[in-house]
Amino acid sequence: MPRTVRDVVFVDGVRTPFGKAGPKGIYHETRADDLVVKAIRELLRRNPGLDPKKIDEVAIAATTQIGDQGLTIGRTAGILAGLPQSVPGYSIDRMCAGALTAVTSVAGSVAFGAYDIAIAGGVEHMGRHPMGEGVDPNPRFVSEKLVDESALFMGMTAENLHDRYPQITKQRADEYAVRSQEKAAKAYANGKIQADLVPVSVRRTSPEAGETGWGLVTADEPMRPGTTLENLSGLKTPFRVHGRVTAGNAAGLNDGATASLIASEDFAREHDLPVKMRLVSYSFAGVEPEVMGYGPIPATEKALAQAGLSISDIGLFEINEAFAVQVLAFLDHYGIADDDERVNQYGGAIAFGHPLASSGVRLMTQLARQFEEQPHVRYGLTTMCVGFGMGATVIWENPHFEGDK
Amino acid sequence: MSTTAELLKQASELFPDEVVTSAHVRHFDLPLGAGRFALITLDNGHDHTKPTTFGPASLANLNTAIDQVEKEAADGEIIGVGITGKPFIFAVGADLKGVEILKEYEHALAIGKGGHEVFKRLSQLAVPTFAYYNGAAMGGGVEVGLHCTYRTVSAALPAFSLPEVFLGLVPGWGGCTLLPNLIGPEKAVSVIIENSLNQNKQLGGKQVYELGIADAIFEGADFLEQSLIWTAAVLKGELEIERPVIDRGEGWDQAVAKGRFVADSKVHGAAPAAYRALDIIAAAKNGDLQQGYDAEDKALADLIMGGELRSGIYAFNLVQKRGKRPAGAPDKSLARPVTKVGVVGAGLMASQLALLFLRRLEVPVVLTDIDQERVDKGVGYVHAEIDKLLGKGRINQDKANRLKALVSGVLDKAEGFSDADFIIEAVFEEIGVKQQVFAEVEAVAPAHAILATNTSSLSVSEMASKLKHPERVVGFHFFNPVAVLPLLEIVRGEKTDDASLATAFGVAKKLKKTAVLTKDAPAFVVNRILTRFMGEIQNIIDEGTPVEVAEKGVEPLGLPMSPLVLLELVGPAIGLHVSETLNRAFPDRFTVSPNLAAVVKAGKRGFYVYDSGKPELDPEVAALLKQGDSVLTEEQVRDRVLDAVAQEIGIMLDEGVVAEAQDIDLCLITGAGWPFHLGGITPYLDREGVSERVNGKPFLAQGVASVPA
Repeated sequence: MPRTVRDVVFVDGVRTPFGKAGPKGIYHETRADDLVVKAIRELLRRNPGLDPKKIDEVAIAATTQIGDQGLTIGRTAGILAGLPQSVPGYSIDRMCAGALTAVTSVAGSVAFGAYDIAIAGGVEHMGRHPMGEGVDPNPRFVSEKLVDESALFMGMTAENLHDRYPQITKQRADEYAVRSQEKAAKAYANGKIQADLVPVSVRRTSPEAGETGWGLVTADEPMRPGTTLENLSGLKTPFRVHGRVTAGNAAGLNDGATASLIASEDFAREHDLPVKMRLVSYSFAGVEPEVMGYGPIPATEKALAQAGLSISDIGLFEINEAFAVQVLAFLDHYGIADDDERVNQYGGAIAFGHPLASSGVRLMTQLARQFEEQPHVRYGLTTMCVGFGMGATVIWENPHFEGDK
Repeated sequence: MSTTAELLKQASELFPDEVVTSAHVRHFDLPLGAGRFALITLDNGHDHTKPTTFGPASLANLNTAIDQVEKEAADGEIIGVGITGKPFIFAVGADLKGVEILKEYEHALAIGKGGHEVFKRLSQLAVPTFAYYNGAAMGGGVEVGLHCTYRTVSAALPAFSLPEVFLGLVPGWGGCTLLPNLIGPEKAVSVIIENSLNQNKQLGGKQVYELGIADAIFEGADFLEQSLIWTAAVLKGELEIERPVIDRGEGWDQAVAKGRFVADSKVHGAAPAAYRALDIIAAAKNGDLQQGYDAEDKALADLIMGGELRSGIYAFNLVQKRGKRPAGAPDKSLARPVTKVGVVGAGLMASQLALLFLRRLEVPVVLTDIDQERVDKGVGYVHAEIDKLLGKGRINQDKANRLKALVSGVLDKAEGFSDADFIIEAVFEEIGVKQQVFAEVEAVAPAHAILATNTSSLSVSEMASKLKHPERVVGFHFFNPVAVLPLLEIVRGEKTDDASLATAFGVAKKLKKTAVLTKDAPAFVVNRILTRFMGEIQNIIDEGTPVEVAEKGVEPLGLPMSPLVLLELVGPAIGLHVSETLNRAFPDRFTVSPNLAAVVKAGKRGFYVYDSGKPELDPEVAALLKQGDSVLTEEQVRDRVLDAVAQEIGIMLDEGVVAEAQDIDLCLITGAGWPFHLGGITPYLDREGVSERVNGKPFLAQGVASVPA
């Protein structure tokens, strides 16, 4: 049977505002599955032309698939969101690149012809499900020295990355972090972020965290606008004495959910759905788990090679800021300046937060908006590092591209 | 301290046990850049199994919250105020416990005023107010929202009502006045009067929206978010809310008149609440809210200090609490599992029982009878009823298949009952027949199986007396129609053991019946009282009082139907049979009416014909009647009948037929449909002085179903 690979597009993406994990966080009393449900429903409200019956799949990622993130959340969230029972769903886990992998998984199925359109997203409620909850690493990892003991602790792997690249100093990391906060604040001021957020009602019964009763969350909680180098320089380095990684130059522990619509371009055009980005290539790569922040480099190499592009073809970058050092390692590798304006124009996870398995779609939503504003750019990429030594990269083409002028 | 706050503080001192509702105020920015908003959350700190209510301290908390937002609104710090509830519950109204303890008119008046004074502030702020009905809303919960400028409702809201009239009150925190002014008198009457008197029918979210009570409806999954986005649009002037113009002319009067007609048909003037509510609705025509609130206060106070409300609350508590935890039932841990049910007999009653067991227990049910034709007919009836349920969409095809596969019929009891855990007989009412049936069943049933009888008047102990194991026989007396009337009289025979009784109560609970434990006394509870009641009416007619006078004499009680209409429903032959049974047991008090015997002998199915659309004495029956010359007035009729009922109940309590008068009332409410405003019957007998006159003492202590001392 002859087959034709179909063009796959990013139709739309939304997310909940991100919250700080923990008892004082805005989502402390909100279920993870409810966060996914709000995002899916907003996605459908924003695209009223899409008949929900036509959705072929709901792929939702979560790192810790327990409790309200368990029970095959792609399926249960679909039912809770009011999707027809005929729409199936499943769960995905690639830790931090969960939502990104949800997107590439359904994209592959769309290209193959198995789906016309699918929902892909992710969630992580790190308050309800702290990193490492319920894990049971095989003792052989240590006994046979398969990985370094630091591999399981992301902050330590970031310190290891500083060791590998001595030119990436704490000073550079802190400067990068300050810029991320500045860019994020500016993006908020210009209304770039809010347009893709779904408001979430939140309940609070404990007065220690603030006013009690029902409230409404319309903005990211982790943001620290006005952060200065001085603020950051005094912070503790919890992963190593005299280390370089601090709460200021890394993403925090966060709660949030994202959802996107991925479709064949033909389907999107036939149904008058937006075409915000066209998928060019995607790739995943493994590296030594103890320097997992290096992962985006080989992943990007592979994705560029597949697409027949070079790094100079990429006009916009959305790099997940799990740690400033990991972004800087990537930039150094490609000879891109720390403050290059093509990189993370709206700021990144250091400011917005990084609810692990949800973040991939945030990168895409932001890149999509930048594409729309910058029709002179043809290609952009979204990339992230992944726990246990992986990187993930997706290269996108701007459908608004107006040609080389 | 404001006068309202003082009033509430005093009131809360009378009610130290209140489950206090907090009114949390939380601020945030609305979407669309609409501005700063204050949202009040009503929350009693418990989960949804303990719904949020308003007692005086709760109202005081809301008052304090409104103090705060009132100031913020006046200072321009907020652009709107919302009010909503904890998950699944908005608020379910006044705390009835707080109403029960009120002893003085002034305190009752204060309850009404307190609610009004707090709630109406929501309509007087410097900014618009919004109620978000997120979950169950009843009574004062509905009313607090009515004082707001706008309302939204969740499509997932399961229950919304103004149940006050059902209990014996009026919606007196603005409901009677505001609702007709919001949605028009006709719809308001249907919510306040019709639904309430229709066994407290609840509205769903969609109906609340369609009635115009809510301005917008949103799905449950993101109800509050969408309500707040809608709020932002309203406040920014992007959404115009249109409400229908209300007919303040003749239409208003007609709606009220229709309400009176409904009230008359349901309570026959016997309970004041519906009429008081209608008076206030009628007066609300002029749109003068304060005048309406004052009338509500007065109506509330009058009703709280009157007997009908106390009876209503008493009855409500009987059904809701005592009905769920039957007095005298053995520990439920003794109950044995029931995984298969046998039904002896395949007639109509037996088939109805089979259907009920099948639907509620979802275990195999086997019918037996003396020939294949009857068995097939019984199973066929059950199948046909399952198809009806399927046709109405009450069950789906899978469930229908499952239920049909579970029901079977056999001729051979050994084949049918050898692994049954619970076997109920519904054969001919004749002690010899029943003894024979039980003997046959015992021979083939497992040793642990319960043998239950649906007898309405025979002795359970006698039925068990010839068995090897009489300890496993229980009376299991249903009321017709079995699917409708909740009561199940569970009869303990002389030798019935605790495990069998516990199993019977366990089955009753699964059948969703209101079980009442009774002694093995003739005709148990409901039939004994009804037979005494009807017998006295019959005696009065036989002695010479015209039928219509005898019937009218008891009309002020507001019973669901007149005695002779009830007799028709039961069937004169059955009525006669029961009266004969009781006559044998208690010849001094129970008579057998020769006129009734004549009617039965003539094959008449009732006393009335309905050719004109109304019941009229059948001329053929009239010709049969042989009456004496003692003619009573309606009042004399009533006194004599009530005296008889009071005497009989007094004797039953002395005999220990049930544990307490409360069980008698619970039986009459759930088995005979006697009304809440009578509290069954004993509160009414106490209130009217009948108990004192007949028995020298009331049935219930002061305060149980009356204003406390």
